Amino acid sequence: MSEPLLEAHDLVVRHGQLVALRDVSLQVHAGEVCAVVGANGAGKSTLLRTLAGLHPTSGRIVFAGEDITRESAHARVRRGIVMVPEGRRLFRSLTVEENILIGEVSGRSGRWDLDAVFGLFGWMRDRRHERVSHLSGGEQQQVAICRALIANPRLLLLDEISLGLAPVIVQQIYQVLPELLGEDIAVLLVEQDVAQALRVANRFQCLLEGRTTLEGSPADFSAHDVEAAYFGFAAEEPAP
Amino acid sequence: MNWINAIIQGLLLGGLFALFACGLSMLFGVLGIINLAHGDLAVLGAYVAVALLPSVHTNALWALLFVPPMFAVFGYASQRTLLRRSMESGPLTTLLVTFGLSVVLENALLEGFSADSHSLSVGSLVTKAFRPNSSISISYLRLGILVVAVVVLALVQLFLARTGTGRQIRALADDSEAASIVGINTRHVAGIAAAVAFATVGIAGLADGMYAQFGPTSGGTLLLFGFEAVIIGGLGSLWGTLVGGCVLGLAQTIGAQIDPTIGVLCAHVVFLVVLAVKPNGLMPATVDA
Repeated sequence: MSEPLLEAHDLVVRHGQLVALRDVSLQVHAGEVCAVVGANGAGKSTLLRTLAGLHPTSGRIVFAGEDITRESAHARVRRGIVMVPEGRRLFRSLTVEENILIGEVSGRSGRWDLDAVFGLFGWMRDRRHERVSHLSGGEQQQVAICRALIANPRLLLLDEISLGLAPVIVQQIYQVLPELLGEDIAVLLVEQDVAQALRVANRFQCLLEGRTTLEGSPADFSAHDVEAAYFGFAAEEPAP
Repeated sequence: MNWINAIIQGLLLGGLFALFACGLSMLFGVLGIINLAHGDLAVLGAYVAVALLPSVHTNALWALLFVPPMFAVFGYASQRTLLRRSMESGPLTTLLVTFGLSVVLENALLEGFSADSHSLSVGSLVTKAFRPNSSISISYLRLGILVVAVVVLALVQLFLARTGTGRQIRALADDSEAASIVGINTRHVAGIAAAVAFATVGIAGLADGMYAQFGPTSGGTLLLFGFEAVIIGGLGSLWGTLVGGCVLGLAQTIGAQIDPTIGVLCAHVVFLVVLAVKPNGLMPATVDA
């Protein structure tokens, strides 16, 4: 297999006294979708935020062969690590178009420009001058995805993109994922909806209380194995 | 007719107040900094002109060429060092740091220039006025300051609304962490916002120095009027500061028309009334929930 695009080694992150990540390691290869699953408080979002440069960590993060552990968040965007944060975090005083264009600030040149991202979601071009606060939750999520895409990421970090959205909207959003992967974009996906995440992922990693409890290809594990890792109870031995 | 003149003078005075309030509003709106050194910075701007103009008779309008750029650099440097560090420790620390800066500036000016009052010369402009009739007088200097205030506010508004950097500043004001996630160098952009705010403070200081006498301890009064204009207009709203400044100016001159001793008191009372009736100001920044 080729060299991983992203390698994280022994990440430890503390929030005050609380240890949110304990020696978590991870690899993501170009073009693959890697899902991080786990219950509330397992450390999934902390892992993504750490990779995006929002939390200091001990351990080591290597991207495209270069150590980026101490780099700022905006420097990581220049390298191609771009995040769609939990709760969308759009800029409320900016219009739809301004929110998307702001993603270009440190972005790379490539396939995704304003026209291309408008092409993903039909409604967007006509409502480009509206404030994002006038949009529904699903529409806001789509803007957040476009804002990330216009930076032409090499690694897209998606944090709970289905949270608080109607199933039909989630379906729409997941439908565009294959289009994103037409190029060599790798996706690291944090998702509470385990079934949805495992459906689109090539590989997954399950976290529990900041530790990795299971990792591999979804095809290699039964639903019961994943459940056991997710909730932290020991998987039953298979019958002889 | 005297009442009409009082209204005109109030609007002209409002221009000066709005100019003071512009930088204060921007620093608070974008960076969340309540800058207690704002008035002293304005006074410093006037003293920089005193120090660098070749003589006391040189027209102080020349100082507009060098004071705003110097203050922009000062603002950027202050944000990247002193203010940023204090912001990381919380809003109370920022308040204390700007208070400390205010004390240091005031004492440094006292040390350097003594407690004597100064004023900036604008030649014959200071006495020239347009007099449509015997009871109305529109000073060209005061009118010029109002025009400068409107132009400065319009330019800052245009910069924020139409440029890429302005968009980044607005994004930073909305959500600084999200701004860094999308690739904005938040420290640099905050520095630019502070540079713009400080440059406007420099202009306000020059305007005040041309308008009235100033001394090292004049900053407190300027800060008070700046704050009141920002709060009357609405926090974070640039055009609101112009409205706030004009309301304050009108209250002061109309009050003085009733009784010359109560002009300033009237301005403070109007501020209290607006705060009680419309705590978000007359034109609050409109960001829908």
